[in-house]
Amino acid sequence: MASKQELQVQQKRELEKKEETTIPARVFLPTADIYETQDALSVILEMPGVEKSKLDVRVEDGVLKVEGRLDFSKYEGLQPLYTEYNVGHYSRSFRLSGKIDQSKIGAEFKDGVLFLVLPKAEEAKARTVRVK
Amino acid sequence: MITAFADPFHSLLNLQRALEARLASDWLQDLTTSRGPFPPINVFQQGDDILAIIELPGIDKNDLQIQAKENTIRISGKKAVNYPEGVSVHRQERISGEFDRTLSFPVQLDPDGIKAEYRDGVLALFLPRSASDKPRNVAIN
Repeated sequence: MASKQELQVQQKRELEKKEETTIPARVFLPTADIYETQDALSVILEMPGVEKSKLDVRVEDGVLKVEGRLDFSKYEGLQPLYTEYNVGHYSRSFRLSGKIDQSKIGAEFKDGVLFLVLPKAEEAKARTVRVK
Repeated sequence: MITAFADPFHSLLNLQRALEARLASDWLQDLTTSRGPFPPINVFQQGDDILAIIELPGIDKNDLQIQAKENTIRISGKKAVNYPEGVSVHRQERISGEFDRTLSFPVQLDPDGIKAEYRDGVLALFLPRSASDKPRNVAIN
């Protein structure tokens, strides 16, 4: 008996900032999926409402940082009547546990979802060791 | 000019405040089936018409159905999250499944004029008010 599981709304989590920003806008954490294959680490982030040109992905000192800025000019002249969620920019960073080949990072953005493929550097790949 | 730089951030802040303030609104309270089911929705007024903005990241357009009848809108579909086989999953925050939500608006809509647009994971529904529902100026003799 497979009953349909109803989808629940995920409340947006706000980014906990280490420093205060000069701009008092709100920043949310994009929901993320991370999985690992033998050769690469895949990171998938949901950032609805962000345009491709407003995305920023970088790896620095072993930290992957993704930022998405919202274009709120679309909201100009609109009067809210009823709301269930708030809008804002997105930002999230992950400390990478393994070495990443930075020159081969692949990124694809579709329907508000960012797909990142971070290939592992040669020395970080698991090798089988033959025991004599 | 400093104001030119300051202004965009102000409008975002003002928008966020306006959205926050409206959380307590009872505009659709008694009319929707229940408050808060998936997907979350924001309703705006644009001139005389209504604009509903719904966050639905990562949905295939073919998996999304929108039906309009009188003053109700039904949004149903499927959100799929797929992983390749044989991977080890470290983090799983995205949700997947089927959803079905009906909204009733306290104004008369023009069903033929409804437009839907899905871009960058956001669904925008343009809901024009029917001509009979719009306020009319009364000429004084």
